[in-house]
Amino acid sequence: MIPMIDVIVFVVVAAICLTGALGVVLAKNPVHSALMLVMTLFGIAVQFVAQEAHFLAVVQVIVYAGAIVVLFLFVIMLLGVDKAQALELDALPGQKWAAVVFGAGSLVILAAIIRVVEHPVTGERAVSGAIDGTTSDVQLLARSLFSDYVYAFELTSLLLVIAVVGAVVLARKPKEHRA
Amino acid sequence: MEVTTSWYLVLGALLFVIGGVGLLIRRNPLVMLMCVELMLNGVNLTFVAFSRALGDIGGQTVVFFVLVVAAAEVVVGLGLVVAILRRAPGSTADDLSTLKG
Repeated sequence: MIPMIDVIVFVVVAAICLTGALGVVLAKNPVHSALMLVMTLFGIAVQFVAQEAHFLAVVQVIVYAGAIVVLFLFVIMLLGVDKAQALELDALPGQKWAAVVFGAGSLVILAAIIRVVEHPVTGERAVSGAIDGTTSDVQLLARSLFSDYVYAFELTSLLLVIAVVGAVVLARKPKEHRA
Repeated sequence: MEVTTSWYLVLGALLFVIGGVGLLIRRNPLVMLMCVELMLNGVNLTFVAFSRALGDIGGQTVVFFVLVVAAAEVVVGLGLVVAILRRAPGSTADDLSTLKG
């Protein structure tokens, strides 16, 4: 095995992710934004695989690239807003400055992360639900999901029902004459 | 040279920043929703990086929940966008100020 293969994979995939992210923000056509989003999401999936989160990588591809982006494209086509629009950056006077402040502040935090690059993780290693390399991540995730987080899991089903009902209510055409 | 946790943290932070700036400077509600997805993915990458660094599956469980909530959020958000744009085609996020009282 090539010794530097993980570094090469990381650098290439990170470049793909960042290109896609910039494309989402800077593309004039919403369709291009959606396709750039797919590129970033696939890159994230590869990063998950590189960190041995195989189940999440598969779910990332199926849910994000397979469902969410398709939904975006469907709505873009349905509404016919796939025309290129001018990249207007003068939304509100304060908003541009807010963007500058947010970006600069976040980059300062990023620089702080790079500074402590030697010891970024200060917590204790886990004892419950530990990733020891012998059990697969699917098994560990299932055990954690159906024991420690079972109430959150049940609430998730409730959330999905609410989302479905909300989407149906919002998407219905309002009737002219209501009984 | 090897890939450490910090590399993933930096990538996640960059994705979060790009998404946040995009959310602030774009006016198309669809693109704004996509930028929210970018921010969520940056956070997900951070969670997975810490999950691996600390050997704790809890981080991956949180990412799983984030995926579900993101799907629900997109469904309702796009429903709202469809309802708004059907009423007033070509409107941007600035045109929604009529909602205030």
